Amino acid sequence: MTAEGKEKIKVIHGAGGKAMDELIGNHVLNTFTNKSAGKIGLDNLDDGATIEGYAGRTLVLTTDSHVVSPLFFPGGDIGRLAVSGTVNDLAVMGADPLALTSSIIVEEGLEMNVLDRIFQSMEETCREAGMPIITGDTKVMERGNIDRIAINTAGVGVADEPVPDSGFSPGDKIIVTGTIGDHGMALIQFREGLTFKTKLKSDTAPLNHLLKIARDAGDVTGMKDPTRGGLAAGLNEMADKSHLGLTIHEGKIPIKDPVMGVSDLIGISPYNVANEGKAIIMASPGTAEDVVGALRDNPLGKDAKIIGEVTEERPGKVILETEVGGRRFLDAPLGDPVPRIC
Amino acid sequence: MKFKFKDKERAKQLIGVIEDYVPDRGIKIVHVCGTHEVTITNNGIRSLLPEGVDIREGPGCPVCVTPTRDLDAAIKLARKGAIIAAFGDMMNVPGTEYSLNDLGPEGAEVKMVYSVSGAVELARKVDSEVVFLGVGFETTAPMTAAVLSEDPPDNFSIIPSNKLIPPAMASLMELPDNNVDGFIAPGHVSTIIGCRPYEPIAEKYGVPIVVGGFEPLDILYSIALIVKGVATENPSVENGYPRAVNYDGNSRSRELIEEVFRVEPGLWRGIGKIRDSGLGLRDEYKQYDALARFDVHPEEGEEVLPNCLCPQVLTARATPDQCGMFGEECTPGHPYGPCMVGDEAMCNIWFKYGGRPQL
Amino acid sequence: MCLAIPGEVLTIDDNLATVDINGVEQEVRLDTLPEEADKGDYLLVHTGFAIKKLSPEEAKETLDLFDELIEINREMDEESEV
Repeated sequence: MTAEGKEKIKVIHGAGGKAMDELIGNHVLNTFTNKSAGKIGLDNLDDGATIEGYAGRTLVLTTDSHVVSPLFFPGGDIGRLAVSGTVNDLAVMGADPLALTSSIIVEEGLEMNVLDRIFQSMEETCREAGMPIITGDTKVMERGNIDRIAINTAGVGVADEPVPDSGFSPGDKIIVTGTIGDHGMALIQFREGLTFKTKLKSDTAPLNHLLKIARDAGDVTGMKDPTRGGLAAGLNEMADKSHLGLTIHEGKIPIKDPVMGVSDLIGISPYNVANEGKAIIMASPGTAEDVVGALRDNPLGKDAKIIGEVTEERPGKVILETEVGGRRFLDAPLGDPVPRIC
Repeated sequence: MKFKFKDKERAKQLIGVIEDYVPDRGIKIVHVCGTHEVTITNNGIRSLLPEGVDIREGPGCPVCVTPTRDLDAAIKLARKGAIIAAFGDMMNVPGTEYSLNDLGPEGAEVKMVYSVSGAVELARKVDSEVVFLGVGFETTAPMTAAVLSEDPPDNFSIIPSNKLIPPAMASLMELPDNNVDGFIAPGHVSTIIGCRPYEPIAEKYGVPIVVGGFEPLDILYSIALIVKGVATENPSVENGYPRAVNYDGNSRSRELIEEVFRVEPGLWRGIGKIRDSGLGLRDEYKQYDALARFDVHPEEGEEVLPNCLCPQVLTARATPDQCGMFGEECTPGHPYGPCMVGDEAMCNIWFKYGGRPQL
Repeated sequence: MCLAIPGEVLTIDDNLATVDINGVEQEVRLDTLPEEADKGDYLLVHTGFAIKKLSPEEAKETLDLFDELIEINREMDEESEV
């Protein structure tokens, strides 16, 4: 099935799991040779890259393309997602965002008022984040050549000390800024073939203010936004890059009831689906409680919790301690989770 | 109402019971249900059990046991222009050459459905033929029977691939080297068939059989009863899931199965034919058989792939790491055999969790 | 196979019930169910069909079963220690 020249791109290659890692590893990183302009470059596969020496500070650069169906969903829309996604990639690098770009590719025939609603939502989200959009690009493709709209945003931010996703040490606490799985589970109901309804809302939100509060409140040693592939993919990436073990405790992970309901109904784990307004934060053991306290004072962090700790056990692995007292590896999902009935 | 049973204290006490009864020689318990495997894996149950308690997954997951013949038939029909409706579980399962998911780039239409009703609704909305891949066991067969018995649209048909669990359990016991000490019987299959069909198996082969639920404590309780049954030489059938299982089962659902299907030899991937373990359509319902309707005759291809140890894994006679392909040519990203596909398949679980990791 | 979960009946319309599963609403067919269902009942749901009516008493009985086995075992342990 892997014969040279016969392999084709599949949906799973973009799903944020191992298949995508293989695509990036074997096809992207192997092809490009000039891959960094500072300490953190393409090979680091972090949420963004750095360019040092900007008036004594570090520039952080990131880019992200967004497609989503439906375009407007409970708790957000593609515009809010496009701004939040890029702002959050900068924020988890420990950067204060400076500016965004916006590049859209639109399908011929999309209603102008749909486009206007998306732009309006981007405007509102930018205002929330305190972030200007300073340049952009627009392309239109013939009907059928793209599904309605794709938005790419690039962002630039500035940091005194960028926070890589692997700079933590054994003993550091693992914090999540709120409930897990909201975005992914809220959107699954729109997948063709599923018939359930829920009032669950996506958590899509810009986190730059919240994460600044966290950085100011304690000694933050690592951050990541667990988007595609969810908490499981995010933690595994952090474990893998740091060559440390991460242990989390099932009973402590904040999960909303309807998220569990969807999970029970279609057999998809809340740990494996996207979050668009949450971050994983590592903090030194002495300051972790302070960080959680500060997060909880903010509406976006009101459900923040310590869910585990960094260990030297099983380097590169994430261990889940279950509610009945069992232990297992929490593996990164392979691709987009598929509902199951068996 | 509380239906979650996962408190640590009771878990400890049940493990205590298991420890008290586990024989020195060890014990091999087989369950026959993908969802049991999910409960066991997700809750780290194996890490809680004393040494010597070996919990294996038998042929209880349609992802693993649906024959390539039926998958190949679905793929053929999709290429002929029919819309294939299937449960999400089946999308990545490799047939002889392709999985249903591989057909996307070709433009063939494969739709995921949550329910057979969804497939019927789809047929009402479109002009094309809609073919439902009717996999599953006694739990899922009544639903297919229900929609067929109420005059579905003319463009709807099914690939009948439902299987029966008790004959598969008995056939496993017929294997000379099975070494099975007891079974956790599948809870929701038993909701339909009740406890009675397991009695001849427990009696003939002298193994305790406990109908198990799907909460972590249900599993521990089932294991405790089996270990105790073995230690006390009492190979009876026990209902460990009375909140969902009556001794007599669900008569209404069984009537529906009886009305639409007839028992025939079943073809199990990795195992082969098992007597009286399949459900074919009765003559009155033959018009809904997609294979007959479209004159598709998939070859009785390779139900066992060369060098693939799935047959032994599925019958609890080998562990995945004993297979030469495991982890090399066969991985979750590039599955070779069916046991590597899907979160509840044995090889997939071993690949991810290293079997029973010494955590 | 066979993922099945409990849901509470919100409404019933002939052969079709809407059940609530932890804040998730799913339509469920009742023609595979041997019992009569009413609003407020809990049903075990598999692929959009109800297969059993569940009762809170039976859920409680499950816990009693666990405890009974634990208790018998404790008594036996104590006896053997004596």
